[in-house]
Amino acid sequence: MKNPLESLGKTVSLGFILTVVMVVLIQVIH
Amino acid sequence: MLFDYSWWTFFFRWLHVMSGVMWIGHLWYFNFVQIPSMPKIPDEQKPAITKVIAPAALFWFRWGALATVVTGLILAYLSGYLVNALKLGIGDGNHKFTAIGFGMWMGLIMAFNVWFIIWPNQQKVLGLVEATADEKKRAGRVALLASRTNTMLSIPMLYAMTSTHFY
Repeated sequence: MKNPLESLGKTVSLGFILTVVMVVLIQVIH
Repeated sequence: MLFDYSWWTFFFRWLHVMSGVMWIGHLWYFNFVQIPSMPKIPDEQKPAITKVIAPAALFWFRWGALATVVTGLILAYLSGYLVNALKLGIGDGNHKFTAIGFGMWMGLIMAFNVWFIIWPNQQKVLGLVEATADEKKRAGRVALLASRTNTMLSIPMLYAMTSTHFY
């Protein structure tokens, strides 16, 4: 499995990491 | 008051949440239940999924996605922040529009994936359109990656959609 998205666990983990990145971006975007 | 402006805003929020559950519910069904279960199903029983359940689930999945986008855009328009949110709140200094804007853009990308990547490729995989064995294999992989991408995006998308009162 080369692409991490092929694993469901990694997909969900990436989703939570992306959420943290987005929350930081919302704070700094202004 | 019933049927006044704020009631219609609520009405479209209700429709938006219902269609969103229809859409994301099926997305999570595919990723959390159907895809991981397929290798455990004996070959002679697989057609129950590929010929009956998957096409029905895909029907409600893709039309749920479209209904979510349409009702969401109407809701944002009625709420008066459609343009500000699409601009991610840049220029107006409002975190609320940035948050809902991130959610809207992720939702739009996900709906695009549903209609223009997952659905055309699933039609090949399920034999609803003609495809060679190689094309089916490739289509299955593309559809899986797009579906997984949407599952990943659904997590921050739902945060953005439901956190605006906090900002």
